[in-house]
Amino acid sequence: MPTDLDSMVKVFSRPKSLTEARSTYCPGCQHGILTRIIGQTIDELNIAERTLIIAPVGCSVFAYLWYRCDAVQVAHGRASAVATGIKRADPNLVVLSYQGDGDFASIGTAESIHAANRGENITVIFVNNQVYGMTGGEMAPTTLIGQKTTTTPSGRDAAMFGYPIRFSEMIAQLDAPVYVTRQALYDTKRIMDATKAIKKAFTNQVEGKGYSLVEVLATCPTNWHMKPVDASRHVVDVVTKVYPLGDLVDRG
Amino acid sequence: MPRGMVVIDKERCKGCGLCIAACPQKVLAYSGQLNHSGYNVVHTEHPEACVGCTFCALTCPDIAIEVYREKVAA
Ligand SMILES: Cc1ncc(C[n+]2csc(CCOP(=O)(O)OP(=O)(O)O)c2C)c(N)n1
Ligand code: SF4
Ligand SMILES: [Mg+2]
Repeated sequence: MPTDLDSMVKVFSRPKSLTEARSTYCPGCQHGILTRIIGQTIDELNIAERTLIIAPVGCSVFAYLWYRCDAVQVAHGRASAVATGIKRADPNLVVLSYQGDGDFASIGTAESIHAANRGENITVIFVNNQVYGMTGGEMAPTTLIGQKTTTTPSGRDAAMFGYPIRFSEMIAQLDAPVYVTRQALYDTKRIMDATKAIKKAFTNQVEGKGYSLVEVLATCPTNWHMKPVDASRHVVDVVTKVYPLGDLVDRG
Repeated sequence: MPRGMVVIDKERCKGCGLCIAACPQKVLAYSGQLNHSGYNVVHTEHPEACVGCTFCALTCPDIAIEVYREKVAA
């Protein structure tokens, strides 16, 4: 093995728009992969100086510590509404609303739908891990039928709790959104696809095109009680059957 | 012929094992050594097999991996 670093070129390193702070996520949590993808995208588009990240309530609440960008930590569910206000006040900013599924598709339902319906020129990343991660794994609106959570100990039952909500499909039938897609992170191909989608969602905003939503199927190994590798496999075998991957709207 | 090299930041590694599964060359394995946070960190068990594909680094949720590739003569 060539040990002389002079004969080697660095082909992968920490994105410059990320701070040195370590993440607070659990081992194997795919929220962390998204942090890296977002940092890389901000680097590639050279927009760190004018990017503002909305940190939601949820396991990503500390997102304001991880990027060398402006950030605001907002009340649970209100990220798309705060993003709207900030973007309208200073349209030169690139505003990312980063939201969990409990945040985006439950407590924030009204704010999420109406920001999309108004076609706000913002980028939304919606992390669908089928649980309320931060509070210990309660049922989310995205929880699968039969999935055991702390609030559905014998599995989610549709008669009692309703069905898993395909929120991106709902947003996709609105007239305004320019880009709505569902991505995953369970292998390198999917990670590269998700990276492309996130870059497109940022580029749409930079070019003034309007509202972009990237839903990402992510794992929560801790609350799913699975090893990280098994959790990834579960996304392939089970989760993508309920939440199919791919673009739902692309008017870019 | 070895073409790549990965450098793992032991203190960032949380031992999740996603990189071990992502590596097509089976370069990576658990070291059996704990870092200051108590995680069993990953190391390069077969460094000579690395091709510098970056798959491990793309998969690492803690951005603990840097990848180098041998310079190719122009
Ligand atoms: C107004 C309000 N209601 C409830 C909570 C409690 N709470 C904190 S995090 C959370 C759920 C977060 O789940 P999700 O948005 O899916 O994010 P994840 O942690 O799974 O990434 C809840 C209900 C709160 N902080 N504020
Ligand atoms: S609880 Fe789940 S979502 Fe939260 S950091 Fe841990 S693995 Fe990630
Ligand atoms: Mg969640």
